[in-house]
Amino acid sequence: MITETLTKVLTGYGLISGFAVIGATMWLSYWMSAKFTRGRLHGSAIAILLGLLLSYLGGLHTGGQKGLADIPLLSGIGILGGAMLRDFAIIATAFGVNPKELKRAGVSGVIALAFGVFVSFIAGVSVALVFGYTDAVSLTTIGAGAVTYIVGPVTGAALGASSEVMALSIAAGLIKAMAVMVVTPFVAPLIGLNNPRSAVIFGGLMGTSSGVAAGLAATDPKLVPYGCLTAAFYTALGCLLGPSLLYFMMRGLFG
Amino acid sequence: MIIYGVALLSICTLAGLFIGDLLGVLLGVPSNVGGVGIAMILLIFGGNWLARRGLLAAKTEQGIEFWSAIYIPIVVAMAAQQNVVGALSSGPMAILAGLLAVGLSFAMVPVLDRLGRQDAAVEKKPHEPGSAAQSVASVQR
Repeated sequence: MITETLTKVLTGYGLISGFAVIGATMWLSYWMSAKFTRGRLHGSAIAILLGLLLSYLGGLHTGGQKGLADIPLLSGIGILGGAMLRDFAIIATAFGVNPKELKRAGVSGVIALAFGVFVSFIAGVSVALVFGYTDAVSLTTIGAGAVTYIVGPVTGAALGASSEVMALSIAAGLIKAMAVMVVTPFVAPLIGLNNPRSAVIFGGLMGTSSGVAAGLAATDPKLVPYGCLTAAFYTALGCLLGPSLLYFMMRGLFG
Repeated sequence: MIIYGVALLSICTLAGLFIGDLLGVLLGVPSNVGGVGIAMILLIFGGNWLARRGLLAAKTEQGIEFWSAIYIPIVVAMAAQQNVVGALSSGPMAILAGLLAVGLSFAMVPVLDRLGRQDAAVEKKPHEPGSAAQSVASVQR
């Protein structure tokens, strides 16, 4: 009787349960950060790692695609971390932005966006070539997947790629997003990612909204809005270039 | 009132996403074109405009600051629902493609950072009066 009632409350008030679970995760992460790393590894970085780990365990347990959110008791996490509240909170971070800094970084952001799409695309295409893909459609789709996990399937659908190649392109994009989340706080000191200008460039080069949002949060929350602002344009630019310019380039090169 | 801030944030969000979707339709792209970015720009300049006219009370700001502060937990919740199993079980090609894209992009950050800084040094002089006026505006804020 007690379990039944508890389950009813927890699932019925899913979003509230999400707040409680994520709050506990945050507390544990900040405690671990202070206790084991003396604050050197940021609490939010540990929390994001824990989130990914829990998502892995949840995925193994349920066989679903939404990690922890597929467990009915924890479905509220799906609302809390879903697109609506995520976008709302990211936009709210812009409130602390200095318009002067933004104007100064504006041009670099646009340049970074253009470079970012091409660099990731070329990386994806090279790996696909090494693994034996030679047709322009598959190469473009996998390259587009390395741009983001949305650009990949959008491009693949427009070009008529096989579902196997589409799945690979989505996976490449997911790996990219997660790698950015995990690696950014460690790499940040090496690449000078410590000011609004480099954050704008970083957002334009990486482009994966979720990766940039989490990577910068774990590095320095003050940089979040600058990176997310440019990253917001990246997927659209990729969707624009993928089935057009990038595909024509590939067709010209590989027939 | 706190709700004024939350409402301002909501209006900026909805307007930005609406413009982004419209741009997507106009460009023939099946995705939102920079909606979140447009919303952020609306909030930055809209908020600045209101603040300069003294229309942004501390309570109003709190309505925005709460959401800005809850951002990291939301990102953790987002991480907790990524398809980690799907991505890792798709084989070495997808993993390598993703990692190489990230590695190259990281390497490009300092390159572009340096490139832009040289431009900025050259261009700085003619813009001097404009940036002075902007710093006055931001001091007032």
